[in-house]
Amino acid sequence: MVPETAGMTRLHLAIFAVLLAFLIILPFFVYPVFAMKVMCFALFAAAFNLLLGFGGLLSFGHAAYFGGASYVAAHAAKVWGLTPELAVLCGTAAAAFLGLVIGSLAIRRQGIYFAMVTLAFAQMVYFLALQLPFTGGEDGLQSVPRGDLFGVFSLQDSIPLYFFVLTITFSGILFLYRIVHSPFGQVLKAIRENEPRAISLGYDVNRYKLMVFVLSATFAGLAGAVKSQVFQLASLTDVHWAMSGEVVLMTLLGGMGTIFGPLAGAAIVVTMQNYLATFGAWVTVIQGVIFVLGVLLFRKGLIGVLAQWLKRPL
Amino acid sequence: MTIVLEARGLTKEFKGFFAVNKVDLRVEKGSIHALIGPNGAGKTTCFNLLTKFLQPTSGTIIYDGRDITRMAPAEVARLGLVRSFQISAVFPELSVLQNVRVALQRKRGESYDFWRSETFLRRYDDEARHHIAEVGLSEFVDHRAAELSYGRKRALEIAATLALDPTMLLLDEPMAGMTQADVERISALIRRVAKKCTILMVEHNLSVVANLSDRITVLARGEILAEGDYETVSKSPQVIDAYIGAGHA
Repeated sequence: MVPETAGMTRLHLAIFAVLLAFLIILPFFVYPVFAMKVMCFALFAAAFNLLLGFGGLLSFGHAAYFGGASYVAAHAAKVWGLTPELAVLCGTAAAAFLGLVIGSLAIRRQGIYFAMVTLAFAQMVYFLALQLPFTGGEDGLQSVPRGDLFGVFSLQDSIPLYFFVLTITFSGILFLYRIVHSPFGQVLKAIRENEPRAISLGYDVNRYKLMVFVLSATFAGLAGAVKSQVFQLASLTDVHWAMSGEVVLMTLLGGMGTIFGPLAGAAIVVTMQNYLATFGAWVTVIQGVIFVLGVLLFRKGLIGVLAQWLKRPL
Repeated sequence: MTIVLEARGLTKEFKGFFAVNKVDLRVEKGSIHALIGPNGAGKTTCFNLLTKFLQPTSGTIIYDGRDITRMAPAEVARLGLVRSFQISAVFPELSVLQNVRVALQRKRGESYDFWRSETFLRRYDDEARHHIAEVGLSEFVDHRAAELSYGRKRALEIAATLALDPTMLLLDEPMAGMTQADVERISALIRRVAKKCTILMVEHNLSVVANLSDRITVLARGEILAEGDYETVSKSPQVIDAYIGAGHA
């Protein structure tokens, strides 16, 4: 047996510790807003991976929760004047509710039909974001104030904001890790592996699927809500179907069903978009080529392949 | 003599084709009952109806004095009527220990606690190891189920099923695709299990169930052809005809 400490293998604990140390010193070396963007997407991809990699459900509409939450959080901070943590909470709660509604309808279908239902609902959310009176239409919600954390600590400067974002996203990722390694996660993996068998053991598989769907939507929402506070903006990009595709790409590139894969995938994709921005429209082409190469050479994703070499789950 | 599982007039129609037609079946408590028949006789359909993986077109199913005709499969399983699958049903990426533990986890009801560490599940480890030892898989406890041989996967499935403490077991062709050595091991296991619960098994071959079952029901073209102990059934001209007829088809 692999030695464990408080439910986490020592290897995973060590990786998380190194990652945290790295993230603490990171803003003093790179542009903090860029680092925050990576962290938001890492949480988004990790949330998506909970559903795809551990629940075995491919949603093609995760932008709805990510973007939906960013709109609600931006609105809460800008119009209602809520403090950042409350605004983020509002956005996350909205995503959870949206996940419950869409999830309870989508889990009745399987495979490609499930993906199509989630996509259809996400398109409806996109339409709402475009048409509702409070969403700002094509412009989105701009110049959202950064506010004071708990009404006390100003998040105007990038560094305090960075640590606010780091705390939330890192805790979110740790919580997702816990979900995967919980009694619930164990049943979830069993359902992914062999659904009829899980039913024959007496498990109500649809309840588990709905729960993992809602949890995934909630954390995707948390990521979107935080992102709106970082960029002081909620825009149509975040609810667009291309965003749903991007999170699939990040997860597959890094390795679905692994713990660290989605984080690596998110870092790679965001970094690429950032540093290749000067190539303009070529970014998508380069991204496409990398994705094709990734799928051809590393079918299990970068971290998935690494885990295979090391013969350890990562 | 008590009847633990009873089907009355069980019928399943697929667009005009009667896969199972007015089948009456009574399984005695504590017995090993075999349901046999040639290919396409409707054994597996019948089996899926009894475990509620299929909904019957008409007829009733009574289990332990309770009408289960309209119940969901997971509900039936929670009542102690547990099935196995024709293709070995294990969770390939989980370890042998985890495979059995996931069944033991049922004892605490549903596991919706996503916030709790899975170290909580270690309380089931000893019991799981006991069930694993019973089917002779102790040396593979930490292996992934996918790495096991076919016969061992079947044994693992039975270990997980027994972990549920079923009152009745439904086995779908438990011997299919097994080597002679495996067949003998599983037969011995089934006999041992039968001391604690009732068993209904579906089998293709009459010879396999010959000295294992107390009662045999022969099914052909969706209908019951004969019923009784091995002696009676094996001498029935209809049964001989059905098997030879199917062999030539």
